[in-house]
Order: sequence, then structure tokens, then C-alpha cells
Amino acid sequence: MSFPLLTATAAVPALGAVATAAVPAARRAAARWLALGFSLATLVLAAVQLARFDTASKTPFQFTESHAWIADFGVRYELGVDGIAVVLIGLTALLVPFVVLAGWHDADPLETSSRRWRPTQGFFALILLVEAMVVIAFEATDVFVFYIFFEAMLVPMYFLIGGFGDRAGPHTEAEAAGRRSHAAVKFLLYNLVGGLIMLAAVIGLYAVTAHQLGEGTFSLTRIVEARAAGRLDIATTTERALFLGFFFAFAVKAPLWPLHTWLPGAMTETTAPVAVLITAVVDKVGTFAMLRFCLQLFPDASRWATPVVLGLALVSILYGALLAVAQKDIKRLIAYASISHFGFIVLGIFAMTTQGQSGATLYMVNHGISTAALMLVAGFLIARRGSRLIEDYGGVQKVAPVLAGTFLVGGLATLSLPGLAPFVSEFLVLVGTFSRHPVLGAVATVGIVLAALYVLVLYQRTMTGPVAEPVRGMPDLRARELVVVTPLVVLLLVLGIYPKPVTDVLDPAVQHTMSQVHKGDPAPDVRVSDARVKDARVNDVEAAK
Amino acid sequence: MENLIGLLVLVPLLGAGVLLCGGRRLDRAGHWIGTLVAALSFVIGAVLFAGLLGRAADDRELDVTVFSWVPVGGFHADAGFQLDQLSVTFVLLITGVGSLIHLYSVGYMAHDERRRRFFGYLNLFLAAMLLLVLADNYLLLYVGWEGVGLASYLLIGFWQHKPSAATAAKKAFLVNRVGDVGLSIAVMLMFTTFGTFAFGPVLDHADRAGEGRLTAIGLMLLLAACGKSAQVPLQSWLGDAMEGPTPVSALIHAATMVTAGVYLITRSAAIFDAAPVAQAAVVAVGAVTLLFGAIVGCAKDDIKKALAGSTMSQIGYMVLAAGLGPLGYVFAIMHLVTHGFFKAGLFLGAGSVMHGMNDEVDMRRYGGLRKYMPVTFVTFGLGYLAIIGFPGLSGFFSKDKIIEAAFAKGGTEGWILGGAALLGAAITAYYMTRVMVLTFFGEERWRPAPSPDEPSAEPAAAAHEGAMPHPHESPKVMTIPMIVLAAGSVLAGGLFSIDDAFVRWLSPVTGHEEGNSPVGALTVTAATMVVMVLGVALAWFQYGRRPVPVTPPRGSLLTRAARRDLLQDDINHIVLVRGGDHLVRGLARVDHGLVDGAVNGTAAAVGGASARLRRLQNGFARSYAVSMFGGTAVLIAATLLMRAV
Repeated sequence: MSFPLLTATAAVPALGAVATAAVPAARRAAARWLALGFSLATLVLAAVQLARFDTASKTPFQFTESHAWIADFGVRYELGVDGIAVVLIGLTALLVPFVVLAGWHDADPLETSSRRWRPTQGFFALILLVEAMVVIAFEATDVFVFYIFFEAMLVPMYFLIGGFGDRAGPHTEAEAAGRRSHAAVKFLLYNLVGGLIMLAAVIGLYAVTAHQLGEGTFSLTRIVEARAAGRLDIATTTERALFLGFFFAFAVKAPLWPLHTWLPGAMTETTAPVAVLITAVVDKVGTFAMLRFCLQLFPDASRWATPVVLGLALVSILYGALLAVAQKDIKRLIAYASISHFGFIVLGIFAMTTQGQSGATLYMVNHGISTAALMLVAGFLIARRGSRLIEDYGGVQKVAPVLAGTFLVGGLATLSLPGLAPFVSEFLVLVGTFSRHPVLGAVATVGIVLAALYVLVLYQRTMTGPVAEPVRGMPDLRARELVVVTPLVVLLLVLGIYPKPVTDVLDPAVQHTMSQVHKGDPAPDVRVSDARVKDARVNDVEAAK
Repeated sequence: MENLIGLLVLVPLLGAGVLLCGGRRLDRAGHWIGTLVAALSFVIGAVLFAGLLGRAADDRELDVTVFSWVPVGGFHADAGFQLDQLSVTFVLLITGVGSLIHLYSVGYMAHDERRRRFFGYLNLFLAAMLLLVLADNYLLLYVGWEGVGLASYLLIGFWQHKPSAATAAKKAFLVNRVGDVGLSIAVMLMFTTFGTFAFGPVLDHADRAGEGRLTAIGLMLLLAACGKSAQVPLQSWLGDAMEGPTPVSALIHAATMVTAGVYLITRSAAIFDAAPVAQAAVVAVGAVTLLFGAIVGCAKDDIKKALAGSTMSQIGYMVLAAGLGPLGYVFAIMHLVTHGFFKAGLFLGAGSVMHGMNDEVDMRRYGGLRKYMPVTFVTFGLGYLAIIGFPGLSGFFSKDKIIEAAFAKGGTEGWILGGAALLGAAITAYYMTRVMVLTFFGEERWRPAPSPDEPSAEPAAAAHEGAMPHPHESPKVMTIPMIVLAAGSVLAGGLFSIDDAFVRWLSPVTGHEEGNSPVGALTVTAATMVVMVLGVALAWFQYGRRPVPVTPPRGSLLTRAARRDLLQDDINHIVLVRGGDHLVRGLARVDHGLVDGAVNGTAAAVGGASARLRRLQNGFARSYAVSMFGGTAVLIAATLLMRAV
């Protein structure tokens, strides 16, 4: 038996969580370094996955592991990654070290507090625990295994949101704690209800397979094979009901309008690094699962639901962006911007074109990096001034030019400036949508104007103009903060100019998913006798088969 | 030689990277590094130009694919360049004028503590602009297109401690983004129509797509051009963009970036030629803008804003010419180049005047400066003669050709367009004479430098606070670029016209045909001369013969409207800002009330369950459970609706 690479990638951060939690109270610093070390080790394993991933392989999943688990219910511990999963695991493993570094002092015990329990150990252990669960959710090819970790990650997230927040703000510590637990409960309830509905659908799926195949199974590969071979034929109504059950949970997680209202509160009340963990990593499980489970398990129902899903995605794009314009709180603004971006991701997935889905998967990566850059710098800014309100800033550019400069780059990435990574993915989503639904694509394009509006208004009000009194003397980015921001900025530039290494990994998986839903790309009206274009069309025809 | 094309973009990009990330160590030498980089790109451009000249006229196109940029099933965007007569013309203009303006900025920005960063931004602009004109596909062009927008944003807002500068920068970016939507949709339309957006396949096969599709693409490209080139209805940002340092106004907002729209239309000639409706829209935009800009230019007392109005108007001429199809493409580009010389020269002259006048921008506070600033006076004067179309100077050749081509369009349309172009020439002569007279002639109407609480345009003003200006000639590092540009303003048009050199050079790319004008060429020239003299004379009588009041008179309704840019901002404010404000605030309330909380109400109506829940539980957990239920209800309702359809 070969080395269980996938299990190891999830086990390392899990072990790290245990080790970090076990650090004695007095040795706070050791907990930080331990967490950083384990997150970097995970990054190494994720890099090994990427390096050894074979883009030419014809098998849908690689590095597969399969063990019997709950034999009575046909549950198997089945792992495997396709191009999409391996890239998203890479993103997760890449971002967590930055989250750890950025949150270095976020969980220090308060000096003045009456021995309030804010253990650094707990903070970092929870972050690593979330990482472990997210990684295994990306790897699981057994629906039940996925479901368990999809739900289980709510617990550490709940404690992270409820337990840790910005040090200072417009409210007293007690008030802030109240608002935090409010946000955490809201997060938990939304996601629990989503998960419960999904559980019903998971059980339903088992019942269907048990009935038709003789023995129940949760294995994605087996179900897909059985359907292809005609041994499994889910009735239309049943398939639609099951699809809705799964989709609902993922739409809550993603989050899609109108199920988005838990996100702004959660992202605002918790610390900036945890907000990054929520939006850049955990939420990606939702959009990822739409691609992997909704589309592959229920292709017909996915096509059936497309008009409504596309409509909701479009509403998310415009609604999130418009609300971002209205926000007075920096973190809340970024949260609404994320809702708009998740709208783009869902739009790309359900446009059912190669460009749209490639764009959507690439968007997940790029959004992770750009939001991390913007949110973490915003966190550094907020920590300096002790306020999240935009109106409390002004002229930061004059006193802290590097901070302002990196904030601007993060902002420009958020508004998808060409040359930075998010442009490529956003344009792919738009063009993929446009080629099947021109009106929808054209309306979604309005989102790019609104994005420019909320980003530039935010930048203008906080960074330009005369130096506001409380901002005077604000220190520029420190070494630790530069270590966090610089690689993210470099990545935004590199992936904007040369995204090919990532798209090469994603492309086969997207082609595979497209072939599962039996959709080919719309052909252009004019046949241009250009060799390259012809090649491309041949590929598409193959994909359609 | 192909490798040089990539280098042309890379050199200024590296320059920008070094200057922006280099830190304070480079503060002492940064401006010279930036200037050298610009000069180096000009040398590379000149070598490429010489290389193209050495080839046969029908073989002057170099294509090079550097790497595969976005390869995704069925969608292929390459980082590839295309160098031909059209792009090399732009390369020479951008790097040539760019180098001169870098040099000028060494002097102009000498006292600015952030000079290194300024040169970094200028280098970034060069790189983006060169990418724009060298890209071999529309998506890569888009990168350059927004890249120049970013550079423009950074440079307009360079003095961002001034709220007005920061606001102007934001406005420019936002208005341009509206245009970018057009470019995005145009690229998407090309992709769905042709399966590609590379110049070669799209333009070679344009005639095979339906006219309706081509019209749509053309109109979207026009929207993009309107944004970048400040054409009606997306013109409102250009005047405010004058908040940027004057060299920026000269390079970006006069000579190069704002002409990118003309490049886009000319480059897409094959599309517009097959879409007459789109072409009609182009000429309409051009004709309206050339009058709009000219009228605004007449009313402004701020020297830079008057010149900005003029820029808008002159680009209107170019857009008009480009909309005429093969009749006008060549002359659109020719006017673009000559305008690049004289308008950059005029702006640098204005900068020189401001430099000597404590950064005063109000022309009513100038007067009699010709004695104190002889070099500026002569170079500005030559630029002035060029723009009004004085016989023998650059503007005479290029503008005259556009007016002829407009008449040659034929029919009523030809008469209307020709008439508009002629009227524009008269107004141009009027407002430029006004600028000239107010600045260099008449009595001295100077005033002490403004106090600090009245933020002035340029930060150096603080140093002269309260002192009367002592106008003086600018240092050589500033006057030399002005002299070179003045020489260009005098000679370029004539050189281009010897033996129709420019037409022969460019026509293999754009195509060219002589129309059948209902009026002879000589008649047009004579008419142009007459209206020009009329315009000059009127301005002379108004401003040269009479003392100029330092506070502007109330003026007619039109004057007052023109001072407010013909109410462009007022209209935008009512339609977009106020409407948008209501929408956004309303939505915020909806999000708080309806989607989050008052979904409770819906839920109660649906199941009546919430009332029972309310009695059973307390605490906030309840309300979210209910609103979750509401969310579910919305989804179920949507599903049912879908089934009904």
C-alpha cells in the first residue's frame, strides 16, 4: 500500500491542533510557533499533492484511498482528488499559515481584563482543526464522509467566531462579546438547518441506491458509474428533491442570496484572520460541493434548476455589490463584496460552459487570495486605530504608505483589475455565462462598475485626504505583517499574468464535470479557419461526449 | 526584431517596478532612472520603426506570441503582440512625447517629496499604453486599456491629500469603468461570434458575421471609446482630471491615453466598415463632442480646464473622422499625432506659466506674461497657431483633411458633419485666442498666492504663500521639451503631407479612399481660413481690445451652463448619484428588515408556525430559525414557480 498522502494532508493539521491545544498556559509563544509549523507542514504536503498530480490521467480521482468503515450502511472511508480539489486544498494550505501569522497577537489575553479566558492555544488549535476538516471535505469521495466533516467544521468555526473578535471597537468588551456570540449562533443555526436538510437528502440517496442496487452506497464514483451503466435510474421527482436538499446546504454555506445574512455578521464580529478563514476557505467548500456533488450526482436536476440558480446568483452579484456600497464598517463592506463574488462563482458553475466552470473554479482560488490580502490589511489597519468605521479614518496613505499601497492592490484585485489574478477568472465566468445566456452575462457585467465603486470609495475615505487626527503617527506595516502581505500580492500578480499552471490542473476536471452534465459549449456563429480555434472546438466536442 | 517588441513593454514595466518597490534609496536618482527608461523605450521604438520602413509596404506586420495566457477549454487568450504601421505610429508618439514629458517632469516635480513614485507611475503608464497598442488580441488590449486607467487614477490622485484630487481620480476610474463594460461585452460578443478575439481572425472574417451582430460589437466598442476618450456621454471625468500634475495632463489627458478610443475604432475598422449603424453612432458622438468640448473650452477661466475642453473637442474631430470609415481613418490618426505634439506642448506651456506664477491657474489673474517668459510665450504661441489651423502648421494639414472628409461623406449627412466641423474650427480659434490673450497679452492682473486654507492646485504654492508672483522663465530641463514639441507642432503636419507620406504609410492597415466632396478642396480650405479669422477676431475684440475683469461677469445662460460643463455633473448627480443613493440605502434597509428579519412575517403567513415558536422559545436563536424557515420558503416558492413555467 502506498503512502496515504490524502489522509496525511488532513492528519497533520489535526495533530497540530491537538499539539497546540496541549501547550501549557504559560508557554503561549510556543503555541503560535507550533501552529505555524504544522500549517507549513500541511502546505508542504499540499504542494506534494500538486506536484505529483497527473494532469494527463484519465481517471477521475487520484491518490485514492478506500477502506470499509460502517459496513452496515455502506459507508466507506473513500478519499480521492481531482484537479479542482487538489487546487483548493493547495489554496487552503497556502492561506492558513498567513491566517496564523496575521492572527499572531489576536488571541493574547487582555492585560486589563479580569482574567478573561482568551487562550492563544485554543485559537490556533481551532484554526488548525478547521483546516483539517476542510481538507478532508475536499478529499472525500464518499458522500457520508463529506457530510460528517461538512457539518463537523461548524463546531470549531462556532467557537472561533464567538470567542475571538477585534480588540477595540465602538462597543465595550462585554457588548462586543454579546454581538460576537449573536453572530456565532446565527452562523451555527443557518448552517445547521442547511446541514439537516442535506442529511435528509443523504439518507434519501442511500435509500435510492439500496433499493435499486441491492446494497446502499455513498460512494460518488460507484453511483456515477451505476448511473452511466443504466443500473441506477433515479426518478425525476426524487432526483430533484435530492438535488434541492444538497443544494440548499451548499447555498447556505456559499452563501447565496437570500441565505446570505449570516455572513456579514460573522465576518464583522470575529477577527480579520478568522474572517479570511470563513470566506476564503470554509465557504469554498459550499461552491466546491455544488460542482462535485450537485452536478455529478444529479446532472438532470442540476440542469432543471439552472434558471432559478442563475437568477439567484445574479441577484447575489448585484445585491452584494450594492450593499457593499452602503456599508460604513470596513469589514462588513468586504463581507458584502464577498457575497457579490460568490454570486459570480455560482453563476460560473451553473452557466454550464467550460469557460464558466473553469472561471468559477479559478475564481475560488483568486477570491481566496484577493480577499485574504484585502481583509488582512484591513485587520492590520483596524488593530492600529481600534475602529472598524470608515469615517474614523482618512489620509492613512500619508502616514503609512506601504499599508495603503497593499490595501490598494488588494482592493484593485477585488475590483478585478486586468493584470491581477481575479480578472482572469471573472472574465471567464462572464464570457462563459454570456455565451449561453447573453442577457444574464451582460447584466452581470454591471457588477464590475459597482465593484469599482465600493472599492474606490473605501480607499478614498480611509486612505486619502487630509490626515485624520487619530491616524497621525500610525506606524506602517511591520515585518511580520509584510511577511503576510507580500506573498499574497506577488501571487495576485503572478496568477494574473500567468495562470496557466493552475488552469492546466483545473481544466481536465472541469471537462470531466461538463461531460457528466452532458453539456457542450455553444459553437461560435462564424467558423474561423484558425488552427488553434479548431483544436479547441474538437476538445469541446470530446468533452460533450 | 520580434524580441524587441516584448522588450518595449517590459522595459517601462521593470522601471515602474524598480521605482515603486525600490524604497527611499532611489529617491535621489529615481527621476533620472524613470527618464532613461522612457528614452530607452523610444530608442527601441525607433529601431522597430526603422525595421518596418525597410520592409515592403504590404509586409509591415510583425506577430509574436510570447506565451499562452489563459488556455481554458475552447477559450484561448495569448500574450501576443502585433506590430504594424498603426501600432508603431502610436509607439513613437507614446515613447517620444513620453520621454519629453519625463524630462520636463524632472524640473516640474523637483520639489515634490514623492517624485520617485511619480516617475514610477509614469513608467507604469508607458508600459500599459504600449501594451494597449501592441496587443494582438482584444483581451490583452483590455489589460492595457485598464492599465492606463489605473495609471491615470494614480496620477490624477497623485496629490491625494487634497480631497478634490482624490475625488477626481475616483470619478475618472468609475466613468471609465462604465466604458469598460462596453469593451467587456464587445469581447464576449466576439467570442460567441467568432470563437476568438484575436485581431487577425476576427477582423479578417468580420464580413461573415451578421450585420446585427457587428452593429452590437461596434456600439459596445464605441461605448468603451467614449469612456477612455472622454466623448459624450462619458465625457465628465476629463475636466476634473486636471487635478493631476500638469505633465500628467499633457501626457495622459491630452497626447496619448485619451486618444486610445480613436485607436480602438481605427483598429476595428473591419467591424465598423460592415456596420453602418455603428458608424453613424460614431460620427454623431464625434460631432456632438467636438462642439461640446469647444463650447466648454470657451467658458473656463482655469487654463488647464480650458485646454481640457479643447482636448475633448479635438478628439471629437478624430472620432468623427474615424467614423467616416476609409475616408477618414488615416486623417483621424494624423490629427491624433499632430494633436499629440501641439496639445502636449500647450499643456507644458501652461505648466511653465503656473510654475512662474505661484501655481495660479485662473487666466483672469495672468496677463502680459510674454515679456517675462519669452520661451514659453513662443512655444505656446506656436502650439496655438498649430491648433487653430494657421496655414503651414501641423493643425492646418490634419484638421483641414478631416473637414474635407466630413463633406465628402456626401448627402445631407456630409453637409451636417462638415458644417459642425467648420463651426468647431471657428470656436477653436475663438477659445484658443482667448487663452493666448488672457495669458500673454494685456495688463498684468496678478494677485498674491492663495492662503493655505484655500487649497491650491499645486503643493509648491505653500512656499510662496502671500507673495506676489515673480514670473520667470522655467529651467532648461523644462523649456527644451517645450521647444521640441513646438518644432513638432510646426513641422509634423507639413512633413506628413509631403507626397501624401502619411496616407501611404497607414493605408495598408486602415484602408483609404478619397470621397467625392460636393465642395472642392480649395473651397473647404478657404472656408476654414475665413471661420478661423472670424474666431480669432471675435476673441481679440472681446479680450484684447478691452480690459479683462478679474471677476468673471455673470454671462449669458449658455456661458453659465458652459462654466458648469454644460450641466454634465448636475445631470449625473440627479440621475445616478441621488438615484443610486436611494437604491443603496433602501436595499440596506431591505437586507436588515426583509431578508433577515421580516422574513419572519412571510414565514408566519406561510405556516403560522412562527407564532407558536415564539411562544415556545425565547432568545434570539428563535428569530433566526424563523428567518431560515423564511429563506427555505422563498426557495420552495421559486421551485414551484419554476415548475409552473
